[in-house]
Amino acid sequence: LPMAQYLACSRVTILLSFQFILCQGIMTSSRHTNSKRIEGLDKNVWVAFTSVAADPTIVNLGQGFPDIPPPAYVKEGLANAAAVDKLNQYTRGFGHPALVKALSQVYGKVYGQQIDPFKEILVTVGGYGSLFSAMQGLVEVGDEVIIIEPFFDCYVPMVRMAGAKPILIPLRVKCNKKTNIVSSADWVLDPAELASKFTSKTKAIIINTPNNPIGKIFTRDELQMIADLCIKHDTLCISDEVYEWLIYKGHQHIKIATLPGMWDRTITISSAGKTFSVTGWKLGWSIGPEHLIKHLQTVMQNTLYTCPTPLQEAVAQGLLRDYELMGQPDCYFSSLAVELEGKRDRMAAILQDVGMSPIIPEGGYFMCVDVTSLNQDLSHMGDDEPYDYKFVKWMIKEKKLAAIPVTAFCGDASKKQFEKYIRLCFIKKDSTLDAAEAILKNWNS
Amino acid sequence: WKLFDVSWSTIHCKLISYILIMSRQLHARRIEGVDKNIWVEFTQLAADYQVVNLGQGFPDFSPPSYIQEAFCKAVNGGCSMHQYTRAFGHPPLVTILAKFFSKVVGHDIDAFEDILVTVGAYQALFCTFQALVNEGDEVIIIEPFFDCYQPMVKMAGGKAVYVPLRPVRGKALTSADWVLSSEELASKFNSRTKAIVINTPNNPLGKVYKREELQLIADLCIKHDVVCISDEVYEWLTYDGAKHVKIASLPGMWERTVTIGSGGKTFSATGWKVGWAIGAGHILKHLKTVHQNSVYHCATAAQEAVAVGFQREYEHFGTPESYFLQLPERLQHKREKLAACLESVGLQPVLPEGGYFMIADISSVKVDLNDPSTQGEPYDYRFVKWLIKEKGLATIPVSAFYSPEHSKDFENYIRFCFVKEDSTLSSAEAILRNWSNGK
Repeated sequence: LPMAQYLACSRVTILLSFQFILCQGIMTSSRHTNSKRIEGLDKNVWVAFTSVAADPTIVNLGQGFPDIPPPAYVKEGLANAAAVDKLNQYTRGFGHPALVKALSQVYGKVYGQQIDPFKEILVTVGGYGSLFSAMQGLVEVGDEVIIIEPFFDCYVPMVRMAGAKPILIPLRVKCNKKTNIVSSADWVLDPAELASKFTSKTKAIIINTPNNPIGKIFTRDELQMIADLCIKHDTLCISDEVYEWLIYKGHQHIKIATLPGMWDRTITISSAGKTFSVTGWKLGWSIGPEHLIKHLQTVMQNTLYTCPTPLQEAVAQGLLRDYELMGQPDCYFSSLAVELEGKRDRMAAILQDVGMSPIIPEGGYFMCVDVTSLNQDLSHMGDDEPYDYKFVKWMIKEKKLAAIPVTAFCGDASKKQFEKYIRLCFIKKDSTLDAAEAILKNWNS
Repeated sequence: WKLFDVSWSTIHCKLISYILIMSRQLHARRIEGVDKNIWVEFTQLAADYQVVNLGQGFPDFSPPSYIQEAFCKAVNGGCSMHQYTRAFGHPPLVTILAKFFSKVVGHDIDAFEDILVTVGAYQALFCTFQALVNEGDEVIIIEPFFDCYQPMVKMAGGKAVYVPLRPVRGKALTSADWVLSSEELASKFNSRTKAIVINTPNNPLGKVYKREELQLIADLCIKHDVVCISDEVYEWLTYDGAKHVKIASLPGMWERTVTIGSGGKTFSATGWKVGWAIGAGHILKHLKTVHQNSVYHCATAAQEAVAVGFQREYEHFGTPESYFLQLPERLQHKREKLAACLESVGLQPVLPEGGYFMIADISSVKVDLNDPSTQGEPYDYRFVKWLIKEKGLATIPVSAFYSPEHSKDFENYIRFCFVKEDSTLSSAEAILRNWSNGK
């Protein structure tokens, strides 16, 4: 062929090949995209911030896990369990018998009622797994689920993955304070506003007490107000109580499931990780009436079937040990709270000393603080993120101190309300708190 | 009277409250029809009666000592062993999995992009279906199949389309004799097909798919642009020199395959529940989204131990010290022992090329299944329950591994797990012999 024609043919061939590859590429990528149920759920504040904070030179008060060791008897329990052949193999899907029996004992005492270990308890992969099982088992496409802001961030994506609509309502700080010290108790719901959120589509309300990130412990009256609405509108209540033992002096943890009419419509979620300072064990449980728990069990048998055996055995042993000591200072459920109260007070003092206003938590192991008084100019960081995200990223980079931005825990409409707050985790050893103190004291140098 | 009034109104309130709760549908539609589960049913039965348990698939011998030591070491390790690790997989584990399987698959696997660690292979399967299957998508399942595939497809809103393995020559002596019809398989693919699930070595049959058989499936996947979900939890357990082939290693398949593995089956520690999904990053990222919105993290210490286990196996790969060679050798002998015993009592075993299980044809055994509580159930279910209650031997009915459409044709097989101590297998033998002699 003459050169020109040859070149022309080649060009066409190349063009056709290119189009073919392009089409193949488009075809492949469009068929292997995500399912609709996870559309828009790929972003996650932890994935964004935990890898950054993994740098050992950073003082990490971000993600919520202890850098203090778990109690020795808990670790021993696991080593002992792993030495038994049978305990390295599958156990009962809905919960290792020794564990559900121990839970039945402990919570039977707490609730003041008999709890059936096999029908009213489900063991899950952390409190997280219980939340997921409850959503998948009970929340329908098109349902509405009320969530109180600020909320543990996974509630919204889980509601959305179940095809339902999150309905948000913020806690707001009460004015009329004689002192400057703000407590998490000062953050309250507006009763009329809350009532207005309940509609005929409302399937459930999620509450978290003690609350992450603020540390609020809902009072009996507050819980009664929520309970009244649940009963009036026939909604379910999913009560995330993973910090149930971390209650500071002068406060009491109340289980909404113990209020009249609430046992039959409440799933209560707890965590071994938070109870025994072993977040890496990822064990939790749901407790509730059989007619609700059975649906969570159905989800469990179709998602991961069973939780690890030796870990469940060890938690059972730990629970039995502390059950005997319940009410006494030696009980880990009490002694950990006492230890953490000291750290809480120290953290608050450190922040106050440098002119910041922390919200003193009544429970849990987080403290939120308003950073306005630091007057940090972040205009160089652009406008595409809320202030707290920019502040935390800047602080990690420039000050080597990690925290979590509180707007990660609220919806778009409330971002302005919370964007000056960051969350600090204080279940850390003294040297970590010392290091944080040093950084904050030298802030302006 | 006053006391009675108070009690009555309390009862009244509770009743009204109960009726009110029951007046709206409590459960979500996605869990309709997936509430029955053979394991829940049969493990309970095995626990209720004193049985020799060849039912559920778990070893009754200990995991290798080096893996138990690794777990103990992790437990006694620093603080970080008991706290959250990286959500998508503990770095030492994903790193060694990438290194190990890159060699096996013949493709450079990125530890952080191409791997997701899950709570057992079971959760990897769940993440895969939830990540990829939309309402109305079709998913091809080859029968007999590990029972969870069907409810998982259903829960994801998908439609399961079944294609059976069939014994050739009418009398199938080994799992190699059970094959797919290529025309039948091809006919199941259409524009709505999102994925096909394969399981090799297969549970319950024990079939180890040959390269040509996988090529057939691969060709169809490529032609119809379908994702292949390859459940390879028994990948190290092949017998008589059968070779496990990874479909992801075939040309054109890496970018469309999710390969699922199990630490529990690999290291004989099923109770640890450490599994993984390996595949191209553009697909794995969707599994990660499901994972971060369902369980988020897996237990740290168990992942650390499995990582140490794989490191050790990487160093001993192909040598006599390799557990991946030692275990199948040990199991080969147990497989033969059980097969011989079953034959001698008139049951016809299908000799498995791989895996934990052996199925046996019970047609020639005539038993008076005089149990009103199992009336109306499939024959193999009734037989298995009778065997548990009357003979103290637990097995699993094979029709549980078939679709509702085809299970009626396969009610004459029961499944035995032979990954048991010799003493357990001898006890089973004794039961079968006594029964046979008593006839």
